[in-house]
Amino acid sequence: MNPERIAEHIPRLRRYARALAGDAHAADDLVQDTVERAINKRHLWRPGSDLRAWLFAIMHNVFVNQLRSRQAHPEDALDEDALPAVAPTDGARLEIRDLQTALALLPPEQREVVLLVGLEQLTYAEASHALGIPIGTVMSRLFRGRERLRLLVTGAPAVPALKIVK
Amino acid sequence: MKPSDNELHAYADDHLDAESRRVVEAHLAQAPEDAARVAAYREQNAALHAAFDPVLDEPVPDRLRHISARRRAGPVAVAAGWLALGAVIGWLANALLTDRPHALMSFSRQAALAHAVYSPEVRHPVEVGAAEQEHLVNWLSKRVGAKLRAPVLTAEGYELVGGRLLPGESGAVAQFMYQDSKGKRLTLYVSRLAGRQRDTAFVFSQEDKVSVFYWIDGALGYALSGELPKADLLNIATTVYKQLNP
Repeated sequence: MNPERIAEHIPRLRRYARALAGDAHAADDLVQDTVERAINKRHLWRPGSDLRAWLFAIMHNVFVNQLRSRQAHPEDALDEDALPAVAPTDGARLEIRDLQTALALLPPEQREVVLLVGLEQLTYAEASHALGIPIGTVMSRLFRGRERLRLLVTGAPAVPALKIVK
Repeated sequence: MKPSDNELHAYADDHLDAESRRVVEAHLAQAPEDAARVAAYREQNAALHAAFDPVLDEPVPDRLRHISARRRAGPVAVAAGWLALGAVIGWLANALLTDRPHALMSFSRQAALAHAVYSPEVRHPVEVGAAEQEHLVNWLSKRVGAKLRAPVLTAEGYELVGGRLLPGESGAVAQFMYQDSKGKRLTLYVSRLAGRQRDTAFVFSQEDKVSVFYWIDGALGYALSGELPKADLLNIATTVYKQLNP
């Protein structure tokens, strides 16, 4: 496979990584590691299979490794600059920031599924393949992630909480 | 019948066929809580696109753009080294060409012809495909009468398609065919040479649209043919040579 075919996917990998990692620099680190690994391992890609799904699978592995190494070095875990400072008058960007904040508060495994399905428009089967988890797990992470995101963004309970049984 | 959670999400993600969609819509029409959930999921998807789609239009940073280019700097540098070496021993090729111009020229011409005949072939480009690579190499080695190897050109963007046996001036000739992701093909033509030959550096020859680099290495003559620029073909010829002489 020609490395240029991988390069064609960089804009979409960057979009996903930006939403996953939060800030632009960390996101491009993620993309860089992913693309380098993909080029080194391109003989493992099966011709005819979906290259983009394969790249997402690699990015998932890189992301998980980064999370692990951050747990090993907790001083790197919180980056105060991770969210761009936004002028309060800038309504549109404030909304984006809210969404990014909410995404950052999702557990990473739920964030991945919500983004692969909602942003990258992978089918549930493709997401299952990219993340190396059963489709049932994709669905349960999707349910929980979306409900949690809904709660975070609107501040309202996602599922009407308790029904009073008389 | 009440749709499952799976179906509600699949509906929000537009993964359902028309039939299932109608079932979900009928349910949502009389289940306002579920309708609100589905609407919220759709809004989430829309918000994600609104927030992150602009990334698609950003220029790709240099450090990402150059990753694939950087990989290619290696072979170019190596090729430059081989070119220098070629210049040093170039007189060998000259001497040989002067001594036996006909034999070598016709070798490259035959290779180019074989390339021109078989590389456009859609249904039967090879006799034995790359899936049976071991069989292919053993078979061609046996027929050509020398231990052959099929170089790996993945790093150059080419995958082995397979190979075939052809008649040559001094017996059987092997042709290995490679193809890149755009369908562009290269062939490596390998023949056992009659009599004793001296090794040569790469010699370039242009036969109509087909560029050929050929060389002699021990008892075998090699010709790499393709419709691509001379410098690109030289890079690949260099890789082939290095792999066959590790």
